Amino acid sequence: MNPERTALPLQLEQPLAPKRTRLAEFWQLFRRNRLSLAGMIIFAFFFAIAAVGLVLTSGSHPIFDPSQVRLQEKLRPPLSAPLLESLKPEERPSLSLYLFGTDDLGRDVFARMLQGAWVSLTVGFVAVGISVAIGIILGGLAGFYGQQHIRLEQMLATAVLLAGAGFLAAGPWTAGLALLIIGLAWLVWSISPWGIGRRDAPHRLLRVLQIETLMVDTLIMRFVDIMLCFPSFFLILTVVALLPASIYNIMIVIGLTSWEGTTRFVRAEFLSLREQDFVGAARALGVGNLRIIFRHMMPNAIAPVLVSATIGIASAILTEAGLSFLGFGVPPPHATWGNILSDGKRFIFDAPWLTFIPGVAILIVVLSFNLFGEGLRDILNPKLRERHS
Amino acid sequence: MVAFIGRSLVQKIVTLFFVSVVSFLIIHIAPGEPSQVDPLNPKFTPEMVERFRQAFHLDQPLHVQYAYFYRDLLSGRTVSWKDSQPVLRKIWERFLNSLPLFIVGTLITWTISFPVGIHSAIFRGGAYDRSATFISYVLISVPGFFFAYILIIFVVNQFHVPVIGMETFGMGDSSWLFRVNDRLWHMLLPSILGATGGIAVLSRYVRSQMLEVEGQDFVRTARAKGLPWERVHYHHALRNALLPFVTMFGLILPGLIGGSVIIESIFSWPGLGRMAYEAILARDYPLILTINFIAAVLVLIGTLVSDLLYVIVDPRIRL
Amino acid sequence: MTRDRSDVLLAVEGLKVYFRSEDEIARAVDGVDFEVHRRETVCLVGESGCGKTVSALAVMGLISSPPGEIAAGRIIFSGRNLLNENDNGMQKIRGRRIAMVFQEPLTSLNPVFTVGEQIAEPLRIHLGLPEAEIRKRSARLLQDVGIDSPDERLKDYPHQLSGGQRQRVMIAMALACGPELIIADEPTTALDVTVQAQILKLMNRLQQSHEMSILYITHDLGVVSQIADRVYVMYAGVIVEQGSLEQIFKTPRHPYTQALLAALPSRKKRGQRLYSIPGHVPNPAYKPPGCPFHPRCPKATPPCRGLYPGMCGFETGHWARCPVTAGRGPEDWCR
Repeated sequence: MNPERTALPLQLEQPLAPKRTRLAEFWQLFRRNRLSLAGMIIFAFFFAIAAVGLVLTSGSHPIFDPSQVRLQEKLRPPLSAPLLESLKPEERPSLSLYLFGTDDLGRDVFARMLQGAWVSLTVGFVAVGISVAIGIILGGLAGFYGQQHIRLEQMLATAVLLAGAGFLAAGPWTAGLALLIIGLAWLVWSISPWGIGRRDAPHRLLRVLQIETLMVDTLIMRFVDIMLCFPSFFLILTVVALLPASIYNIMIVIGLTSWEGTTRFVRAEFLSLREQDFVGAARALGVGNLRIIFRHMMPNAIAPVLVSATIGIASAILTEAGLSFLGFGVPPPHATWGNILSDGKRFIFDAPWLTFIPGVAILIVVLSFNLFGEGLRDILNPKLRERHS
Repeated sequence: MVAFIGRSLVQKIVTLFFVSVVSFLIIHIAPGEPSQVDPLNPKFTPEMVERFRQAFHLDQPLHVQYAYFYRDLLSGRTVSWKDSQPVLRKIWERFLNSLPLFIVGTLITWTISFPVGIHSAIFRGGAYDRSATFISYVLISVPGFFFAYILIIFVVNQFHVPVIGMETFGMGDSSWLFRVNDRLWHMLLPSILGATGGIAVLSRYVRSQMLEVEGQDFVRTARAKGLPWERVHYHHALRNALLPFVTMFGLILPGLIGGSVIIESIFSWPGLGRMAYEAILARDYPLILTINFIAAVLVLIGTLVSDLLYVIVDPRIRL
Repeated sequence: MTRDRSDVLLAVEGLKVYFRSEDEIARAVDGVDFEVHRRETVCLVGESGCGKTVSALAVMGLISSPPGEIAAGRIIFSGRNLLNENDNGMQKIRGRRIAMVFQEPLTSLNPVFTVGEQIAEPLRIHLGLPEAEIRKRSARLLQDVGIDSPDERLKDYPHQLSGGQRQRVMIAMALACGPELIIADEPTTALDVTVQAQILKLMNRLQQSHEMSILYITHDLGVVSQIADRVYVMYAGVIVEQGSLEQIFKTPRHPYTQALLAALPSRKKRGQRLYSIPGHVPNPAYKPPGCPFHPRCPKATPPCRGLYPGMCGFETGHWARCPVTAGRGPEDWCR
């Protein structure tokens, strides 16, 4: 018996797996890891509190006043009511309650914590921002241009540049500025397409300038090695001791001493990405170098940077707390959770809440950052995902 | 193999040179001219600046300063500003105090981290793993001195563990056994404290290394050969997972200085870290700069040692 | 040619291996039956992703339990259902009675142990031989697989050997305890073509001399033509055709097999456009209903879209999962 012999048309568009954007897939993977989800929620919560806290405690008549000194109310435990008779109207705390008690100057700890949240967050973000920026630039350069050699003339140009900067800082303004500009221009020109290709300099002397010296990669990695030699906490301490104490100095110093990790990651990613086929394909299509770096390679290399940035914020907050403990933290009047904690250590037996509250708060926030960062790492690392067999 | 070590050594020497330059240049972060002193900065009075100039020969050209700096440092002529003792001798004394703390702390850290990390990796996702992971995270996130104070409050009141200094006053005349016992007792809390942070970090790292190795093909081959699971994990997987840790061993050397500042301050332990801290408080610059340099040298020695160990342990490099 | 039932070494019946993730189930192996008899070489052929490796790993008990699971089926080896064995029981079988050779010899060998140590392990653990005997045997095994100066090579580390030598070492390791069945998962895919030919010749020779069976997994029909006695063709987790080497190559019945053979370049087709099968392999989690091949099949008819076809018999021992080719109607879909 002959069944219908008419063949079906080929169905080449079959149902595939449902389409999911990268973000949706990321979110789904993230959801599975309970701890990092909790971390992210707490982190978002902390962010919100810091922002709200900034609003609530700034200005000349803040809702929660962190700097109001009430000596008669010092060292009151949390959730205690103020003695309203002894206080002037503007000294009364909002809500008629000391939510977290008062410190040794009678200041409302709750208000100080609110104010300090934002400051601690800023310290963390700025420090990490600096270190990530340096790390990406150095790591990217080392990874991408790594095999290229630095020519003698480029070294000279940099020397001129630095000399100019030095003069500018030290004294003779005009000479410094002139050298700076000359050096910069020379350097830029030697890196530019016209400068690089020149191999046939007419004069023998000029050809000397084109001798190749170190590779870019070697130079940058040696620099990283040198910086790695100094134990970071100790280095921070030394530098902070030499400079005048200010919140900006601390942020900058922490940032300037923690970029090594990011540099290594970015460089490693770029090195491996550079060899991959999609970069070769882009090159073959004639896509320019800069575009390749930013549009093709950077999104891939960003992953470990994000992870180390998140964990870096956590460690910056801890470092700031440590510095405060040793007396080198952010100076008053800024309140940070770190210096609230270290101020409280003198009264640890009489008023334990002064240490416990900021300590536990720091613990929770730093923990949430760490969990979030580790969750990110697990997701962004395809190797650790469960394999099929 | 010899080539590898040779190259490593040369690299280290070059790095040493640059490290010495950087250590030397740190002085120049401080204001150099009395005119540059910021009147609001309490750390630098014009007298202080003058003293600086004297000690570091700041009126000479840069390379001469450098020569002076290292001549003084290496020959022991550098003298502390606080008590005019030779810096090298002070460092040596305090180093001997820090050393036992460091050794005990490292021992505790390494002997606990490995079993915990390995067990977590082999039984990944189980109750042990999840609780160990959570505890590690908490320990990493705790501000060090906060944790110390909590420990102190709870432990001291219960067990009367001493928390100040290296030994009890007046022990000088008692028998040797008593003194050793006393020392150990004093060492207990600080070394445990120092170890907890280390355990948290190291055990996580052990776990992740172990997991990575477990996912590799030769582990599957080992199972396919019908080997019992202990042999698959503890013989095949572990041996590969341990490779990076052998090299890490060299790098714990710098921990002598870096990690202990806070712990030594809390427990008033007269060690190297605390001396560095006191030097900073007292603006004792010769001491500070010397310690910085020595710390960097320790790191270099540490990395050299780890390169050597790497060569010994990994056959792919050796042959 | 009928075979005695007692000749069946390995019988896989109705095997289903699924991989569960949070929102989907990948049906990597979806009802597979095959047999390996004593002293024969059976080839399991198919494109990447068709489930052949997973089937092999299931036989060895090496499917990692989350996310994979054996959803159904039996694996009978010498009368025992391997799926009922616990890990201890399987451990005694692996390496001793069934051994496996993997695809990538460099990563499949432990880089920090010498070749000699790795070959010695199964000898020591399964056979309990004394050390002197182990050394002798290891050297002889290396010689059997065609490695020169075996005593020297025993002391080498894997990275010191060439790709072909490493794969020979893997084979030696598999042979060590004299297994009845060797499962080879694309052992030559990672090697040069000339080395590939040598390894195939070696395996043929070893199969004769050691009187064992080989289950050879590959995607390369050229390899199949050189070593197979019988062939099973897999697609999307199911067997679509099985038969002897001659039956499959001379008279392929299933459209997929026909397409695979048509896609092979040969001297006869010189100057013509190379044929390739349009479309692509379905995602194991989203397979079409009915015959898994029907979206790409030039001979598909309306019933193919809804009815799942059974295996239709052609000549003796030659079955194909295509009722259309067999001239059957929807009321008798070879079930």
